[in-house]
Amino acid sequence: MIDDTRRTLLKGSLAVGPVGAALALAPGLLLADWNQAAFASQDLGSALKALLGSGAPETNDEVRIKAPDLAENGAVVPVTVETSLENVTTIAIVAAGNERPLVASFVLGPAALPYVSTRVKMAKTADLIAVVKQDERLFSNTKTVKVTIGGCGG
Amino acid sequence: MSDIKVRAKLEGTETVVKCLISHPMENGLRKDAKTGELVPAHFIEEVVCKWKGEVVLTASWSGGVSKNPYLSFKFLGGAVGDPVEITWKDNLGQSQSETAPIS
Repeated sequence: MIDDTRRTLLKGSLAVGPVGAALALAPGLLLADWNQAAFASQDLGSALKALLGSGAPETNDEVRIKAPDLAENGAVVPVTVETSLENVTTIAIVAAGNERPLVASFVLGPAALPYVSTRVKMAKTADLIAVVKQDERLFSNTKTVKVTIGGCGG
Repeated sequence: MSDIKVRAKLEGTETVVKCLISHPMENGLRKDAKTGELVPAHFIEEVVCKWKGEVVLTASWSGGVSKNPYLSFKFLGGAVGDPVEITWKDNLGQSQSETAPIS
């Protein structure tokens, strides 16, 4: 099916094939939001500013970030972000030591709880930072992860 | 065939969704060990998670998310049998979707 999709897309037509048809039904959702400027930024402050409108979150222990103290393999570092803050609309995960520090951002719909868990790459020992957006305010918390073997290649 | 595994489980009032996607997640910075050439970027940019057609979570990723990405999230209001749909799209325009009922 993935080959069908690729061919379909190469032809420039989204309306052919089962996956193409599904795509055509929700173009706004799938093509809207990827923030090139934020993800390409090599600087944490400007990445957050491009993504969330401000580069200076306030440290808050209500933002809980769970990650290992020591990651032998920087290619796969489990991280969970959770908060008791209410009205959270976005959660972002930053690996401060990476060449492009912004790793992931999650926009929460009305039903979503402020919880996400994923696995990220870390180039070296550095801080993992969780940033949450509540109304127009940003809160963050940090967890330092020691990395034995960097996971970003190069 | 889809390369997305989705599990959605009702735990009290919360639906806990866990998914695993097969994808290389190349960030464009890694060199091929044999040729020394950079491996071109190929990573998922966006994952849209829906419950009964309503968007619950939209994830935007860089190549800094690990290969074969894992994603877990939680939401309120789900009932056993409700469909949870996960759709990803990568930087090369490829896309896949998978739906699983809440159990």
